[in-house]
Amino acid sequence: MSKSTVGGILKAVRQVKGGVFVDHNKLTKDLEVVRITPPDKVVLPMQQHIGAPCVPAVKTGDTVSVGQVIGDSDKFVSAPIHASISGKVISTSEVRVANGKMVPAVTIENDGEMRLFEGLEPPKAETREDFVKAVRASGLVGLGGAGFPTHVKLAFGPDKDIDTLVVNAAECEPYITVDYRECIENSWDIMGGVYTLAEMLGFKNVVIAVEDNKPDAIKVLKAIADKDNDHGNIAKLMTLKSKYPQGAEKMMVQSATGRRVPPGKLPADVGCVVMNVASVAFIARYLKSGKPLVSRSMTVSGSAIAQPKNVRVPIGIEAQKVIDFCGGFKEDPVKIIAGGPMMGAALINTQIPVIKSNNALLAFADGTVTNKKERACIHCGRCADACPMNLLPAEIENFAVRKDAESLVKYGVNVCMECGSCAYSCPAGKPLVQYMRLGKEIVREAGAAK
Amino acid sequence: MKNLTVSPSPHVRSSETVSGIMLDVIIALVPALIASVVIFGFRAALITAVCIGCCVLFEFLWGKIMKKETTIGDFSAVVTGILLAFNLPVSIPLWMCVVGCFFAIIVVKQFFGGIGQNFVNPAIGGRIVMLVSFSSAMTRWTEPLVWQKGVDAATTATPLSVLKGYDGTLSSSLPSLWHMLIGVRGGCIGEVCALALLAGGVYLIARKVIKPVIPLCFIGTVAVIMLIASKGDLEFTAYQILSGGLILGAFFMATDYSTSPITFWGKVIFAVGCGIITSVIRLYANLPEGVSYSIIIMNILVPHIEAITRPKPFGEEKEKKNKKEEAA
Repeated sequence: MSKSTVGGILKAVRQVKGGVFVDHNKLTKDLEVVRITPPDKVVLPMQQHIGAPCVPAVKTGDTVSVGQVIGDSDKFVSAPIHASISGKVISTSEVRVANGKMVPAVTIENDGEMRLFEGLEPPKAETREDFVKAVRASGLVGLGGAGFPTHVKLAFGPDKDIDTLVVNAAECEPYITVDYRECIENSWDIMGGVYTLAEMLGFKNVVIAVEDNKPDAIKVLKAIADKDNDHGNIAKLMTLKSKYPQGAEKMMVQSATGRRVPPGKLPADVGCVVMNVASVAFIARYLKSGKPLVSRSMTVSGSAIAQPKNVRVPIGIEAQKVIDFCGGFKEDPVKIIAGGPMMGAALINTQIPVIKSNNALLAFADGTVTNKKERACIHCGRCADACPMNLLPAEIENFAVRKDAESLVKYGVNVCMECGSCAYSCPAGKPLVQYMRLGKEIVREAGAAK
Repeated sequence: MKNLTVSPSPHVRSSETVSGIMLDVIIALVPALIASVVIFGFRAALITAVCIGCCVLFEFLWGKIMKKETTIGDFSAVVTGILLAFNLPVSIPLWMCVVGCFFAIIVVKQFFGGIGQNFVNPAIGGRIVMLVSFSSAMTRWTEPLVWQKGVDAATTATPLSVLKGYDGTLSSSLPSLWHMLIGVRGGCIGEVCALALLAGGVYLIARKVIKPVIPLCFIGTVAVIMLIASKGDLEFTAYQILSGGLILGAFFMATDYSTSPITFWGKVIFAVGCGIITSVIRLYANLPEGVSYSIIIMNILVPHIEAITRPKPFGEEKEKKNKKEEAA
């Protein structure tokens, strides 16, 4: 652990290499999260996480209530899906989701009652196993954007040498402010979650990492952490330089502990668990109320949105409804993004349901999202300087174009996390992230062919 | 709602463009251009203008003939034109400039795939072809500032050829070091005024167009070798640094993106190699100057230098390093 502290706040043990300085544009920073009026219907895709899709647990015509399981899977890497409104199931057919794929979904028509499911009660979580089971039952997946089922990260035995919990409040993507709001508005939940996790899973260190452009969040959380005596002052705050992609999982582990996660490995392999700050706060609330993950906060922002807001929405609400709640469009949007501008997915329309991992909806008017014309690579090396994973993106592009799977592997294409720093900094406007994905696909196919 | 753009992330891009970078290089070359006109007269500006015009024209014609989108908008041909002109003596006949530009743009740059694909620096390629084709015109050096007096241009020797006869004492026919710095000496149009070139180099570094590692290692290597060769003669070393095209080459030619490595250690190897070859040519070869040859030789080695200096992907470093840092 780092010994270097300033006023009791840790500094990164090891700085992130490369990265880019993107305009923060945190327009909604000071806006409290507001609850949206429940919609007429919600569409709940059966795949809202990384891992095995769920199978609908209800049929058309069934009456469901808030918090009732409507989809589950018997696979380990998966998370159940719960009804986010009460009403009648009107369809279980396929719908299109943000990444363009068609996925089976349960559509519920609102009966206006928002009736809670009767079986909901605070879960029993006295042992490690019960706690992990409860986290699975809550349907929690990483709320920071990746959507990895949380219980999978936490299901390690006491024999495994995992000593550090890193709470990710970096929020390095531009525009998005929900994690910041979580720190300000639900700071007690966050610290409650931290102490529960430390107690249940035996973490020796907890590092809550925040970028230095959010001093308020640091102050609020530190005040609570300092007052704590019951947990041996286990939780420490850490400030990170405001630089993208500071909040990427492997970067977080490196900043907090100096350890580097090897290619193809997970933070657990170097003794760490990284959790998004909103996920941590959710665990504290869930253990108290037993109410599963049926709603989430998201930032609605961008140059085409009339009134940018932080909104608490039921999972499965249509994107257009959320935008309408924020005053609709003030200008015709040319691009709408689910997630942040660096890693989010561009939507084909606004009839897409909000899923668990969706932390933002951004809409941009013409001229505010740059789309540089693609030119020939001038070999300037800006992509290599920007790559936090120490790759040579322009070289990888060449190998991808040539379909040279062997060289792609050698140059580490699979280490790429698609953060977009290379494409952001490319003066020739190359869609380098797309080439990285293409390269990974070529490697996968070559592996399958062998 | 109109049709939405659906494209892969990232959805925001930096404001840097290829043409912006090239414009910065052009701006950085302006002080040296002004200095050249002061030192050698308006013919310096004329030669520069002819070279720019020819390079842009050849670039444009290539696009037309090959039915490709023209690339003159990225200003890279302008940069090549200026750099080629800067490497010519002021008395060069204009038609020879046209030949040099043709070779630089068509043969060196476009035959190999255009911007970013050329394996040697186009301006240096053009210059070397001119040097072997028109060797006497390319080595006729006009005396500086003579044009201002209105008399016929007299020829002079370059400081480098004077330095060739170094035997432990510096010849009295050398210009003073101050004149070397401000460019009152024989030489190519753009290479003489070290001060103006340094100002441009600092501008490029400040604008983050180039990194200081190549110029520093290149000039540093030459300095060290010259110090050793002269048994510690500081004055001789200073003359060597300010002579010939070393400063122009180190800041503006060796840093060419397409033909220099992108990795840090690659840049170091590349620049040290340039410095060694330059020094060896200056000290032992028949040629007075070696900057162009050193850069072109190292240009050819760039793919190999990059291959051996490829950085290890994140987390692939040796475990030892991790453990050591943790213990600390």
